[in-house]
Amino acid sequence: MLSSRASCNSHGQDSPYFLGWQVYEKNPFDQAVNPTGIIQMGLAENQLSFDLVESWLRKNPDVMGLNKDGESVFRELALFQDYHGLPALKNELVEYMAKTRGNKVKFDPKNLVLAAGATSANETLIFCLVDPGQAILLPTPYYPGFDRDLKWRTGVEIVPVDCWSSNGFRITMSALADAYRRAQKLNLKVKGVLITNPSNPLGTTMTRDELNHLITFAIAKNIHIISDEVFSGTVFDSPGFISIIEAAMDPNLESPDLWNRIHIVYSLSKDLGLPGFRVGMIYSNNETVVSAATKMSSFGLVSSQTQYVLSNMLANKKFIGKYMKENQKRLKRKKEMLVSGLRKSGIECLKSNAGLFCWVDIRRLLCSDTFEAETKLWKTILWDVGLNISPGGSFHCSEPGWFRVCFANMSHATLQVALRRIKDFVQRWSYGGGIGNKISYQQNMSNLNRKLPSNWVRKLYSSEGDEQDIG
Amino acid sequence: MGLLSRKATCNSHGQDSSYFLGWQEYEKNPYDEVKNPRGIIQMGLAENQLSFDLLESWLAKNPDAAGFKRDGQSIFKELALFQDYHGLPAFKKALVDFMAEIRGNKVTFDPNNIVLTAGATSANETLMFCLAEQGDAFLLPTPYYPGFDRDLKWRTGVEIVPIECTSSNRFQITASALEEAYEQAQRKNLRVKGVLVTNPSNPLGTTMTRDELDLLVNFITDKEIHLISDEIYSGTVFSSPAFVSIVEVLKDRNLENTQVWERVHIVYSLSKDLGLPGFRVGAIYSNDPIVVAAATKMSSFGLVSSQTQYLLSAMLSDKKFTKEYIAKNHKRLRKRQSKLVAGLEKADIGCLESNAGLFCWVDMRHLLSSDTFEAEMELWKKIVYDVKLNISPGSSCHCSEPGWFRVCFANMSEDTLTLAMQRLKSFVGSIASKDRSHQELKNSRRKFRTKWVFRLSFQSFHDREQDER
Repeated sequence: MLSSRASCNSHGQDSPYFLGWQVYEKNPFDQAVNPTGIIQMGLAENQLSFDLVESWLRKNPDVMGLNKDGESVFRELALFQDYHGLPALKNELVEYMAKTRGNKVKFDPKNLVLAAGATSANETLIFCLVDPGQAILLPTPYYPGFDRDLKWRTGVEIVPVDCWSSNGFRITMSALADAYRRAQKLNLKVKGVLITNPSNPLGTTMTRDELNHLITFAIAKNIHIISDEVFSGTVFDSPGFISIIEAAMDPNLESPDLWNRIHIVYSLSKDLGLPGFRVGMIYSNNETVVSAATKMSSFGLVSSQTQYVLSNMLANKKFIGKYMKENQKRLKRKKEMLVSGLRKSGIECLKSNAGLFCWVDIRRLLCSDTFEAETKLWKTILWDVGLNISPGGSFHCSEPGWFRVCFANMSHATLQVALRRIKDFVQRWSYGGGIGNKISYQQNMSNLNRKLPSNWVRKLYSSEGDEQDIG
Repeated sequence: MGLLSRKATCNSHGQDSSYFLGWQEYEKNPYDEVKNPRGIIQMGLAENQLSFDLLESWLAKNPDAAGFKRDGQSIFKELALFQDYHGLPAFKKALVDFMAEIRGNKVTFDPNNIVLTAGATSANETLMFCLAEQGDAFLLPTPYYPGFDRDLKWRTGVEIVPIECTSSNRFQITASALEEAYEQAQRKNLRVKGVLVTNPSNPLGTTMTRDELDLLVNFITDKEIHLISDEIYSGTVFSSPAFVSIVEVLKDRNLENTQVWERVHIVYSLSKDLGLPGFRVGAIYSNDPIVVAAATKMSSFGLVSSQTQYLLSAMLSDKKFTKEYIAKNHKRLRKRQSKLVAGLEKADIGCLESNAGLFCWVDMRHLLSSDTFEAEMELWKKIVYDVKLNISPGSSCHCSEPGWFRVCFANMSEDTLTLAMQRLKSFVGSIASKDRSHQELKNSRRKFRTKWVFRLSFQSFHDREQDER
């Protein structure tokens, strides 16, 4: 009766990545109202710099009211559905993108296609570059949403490029070649490689070597490179960010039509923390791709109201400069808080310099080196410790025991609570001989209290029952 | 191996049709009362520009709605983060109430069954992805909106098989036309998954009769297929007969909670009624929970900006405003349509009697040099390039008879419409006089052959006569 797409589950939303969110929704942590609820650490959102954006909006009420120089532009905007996008916004976006790349590259607004979020941009690019039944290569671990965005309605296959902790999950030439061979064995024609740089979930920027490997490979196989750079504005530490465009400018890697096969995806959801506004884009030097993608963007245009507000905000260079600096500072601070807090519990993270999350090594807490053990650990952390973190298996990681833990979507205080819970959990694990003993968080709290001297207990609990005083 | 996909390199996006080419010509030479009074007047764009003042005035009185504020408090952060594909609950509630209001509150809608999408363009494509496989077919009555060739077919791989409607019965759908279309699909080895109708119709500007709707329900019941009712013009019904939604028909026939109930889906949008195509607000309404679930996930590819959802939830929740808007908008549309019809009459051009939409379906068959689509194209080019009016030829809407054109009236000022009608009248007048002189030329030649001496009244004829010799 319905299509196979509607009735199957290749939308990929039955993975723990999404299931964890559902469990969180039923019992969400709230400092005041539900302090024993689940803390959401599975959502890569940037909530650290809203005050800056809000303050700009307050100072520019005309923009929100859809006025320009005192005159209403409501009508003009209400009618504006041109899939070429608001020129003012595209001009500002290319400048912003250049600035994020240290102005080492320049972008032409004519090569930019707007889309309703990177979700739409990625799917559209696949529709333009790949036929149903063909494949693209993706380095693992990768964002779980790709299983839906790139495959579901397009009928395209993903073949993973395995990356390992032995070299910090870096892409190697042999891993690329191996993936290509596997695709061939499956009779899948490979049309391109899609990378996320900075990486989700690793939180790292790609090295020049990696980018060179990729480009060499793409030239040799005559395939596309899609570089999803949605986190490019979240690089808060060295080494700096090298965009695929910058890497491709290397004269040693020259290839006549390489430029026709490099495409960037970007969005304002991560850098500016505006996922609700649905502002994504494709950048390509390939005219045919730009033309086809532009027509396809009809299926997911950006609201003209939103285009107008953001074109004004991005045009304020002073504000944007200040925002970028401050945002990076706050991201760095939050990430360091997470890393050092985890270290106190004997848990290490992959060294990272970008993103809204850390790639955390919890292998030593697995009862066996298997994905079943990882899932068991994930469930314990979700249900018993009360933290929704994302297990590496849902990112197609080839090794069990790694988890993505987000830090930019919560306050300092909430992060403290989360770190404390982890510390307690690891302690219990050490005392209790692994996670075979399923003790609930609340029960464990009372266990801990019984172990402590009674006058400490009085100090521990404030009159509101707030646990934040615990060490 | 092609470097790009087949979809990117073919032209099944359908945008090489005259419908879109006419727009391009307009863009190169757009009419402007002051700056370009001899430019092309855009009459090929179905936009409602008649009631912006009402929206603007509401906006001015309710600055909080656009200012990310609720009860004086900033909710910016909440909106900036809101990307839940279930949509803003307040907006969905306001939208279903508005949809019910447009249908005279004869039916109600459940906000749990509505899926928000970035415009009806996105909604229609998403429904295709949910209901049909690549290579399946949907039946569409002709004439139909040219955009469907892209929206329904391009990325989905679904085929369209036309249900031929003719002027002999005012282009209404008949049982035999439905059967013929179904059989045609079968002959082509295409599995028919459903029928898609636009009601009120684009480009006809008419609402479907209860008989037509009953026919459709019977047909989809018999064939066990889906019905998609694109009701994006439901708020533009400005005169009788009143709009009858498919849902009303199902209800009246006690078909609620039957299998056919779950196979009827509605598409809606605020682009035509409220005149807000730029804001990208569309919706799918379905009683099939699996369709709702799948479409909801698919809406990730085209969510409505939360900023826009919030603004419109405030506007549509203002019942005093929606009541006033609906009434005034109807009045203005009716008035403007009458003006177009009267203007056409003065040029001896008739149109299909209509009660809805932002356009008229105009009969120019008598102006064709022959009863062919080539002649229709010839006439269309003259009207675009010489008369400087961008109207849409029936062939771009897959009409089975040449000579019909869609002419929009709601996207221009009254003065511009007056000017357009004047131009048309002059054009028709010039054709008529050319025809007359051509006819007289034929007559005179006949007479001249029989009588040597004949005083000729037209200088031009005299000149031509000299040339022919």
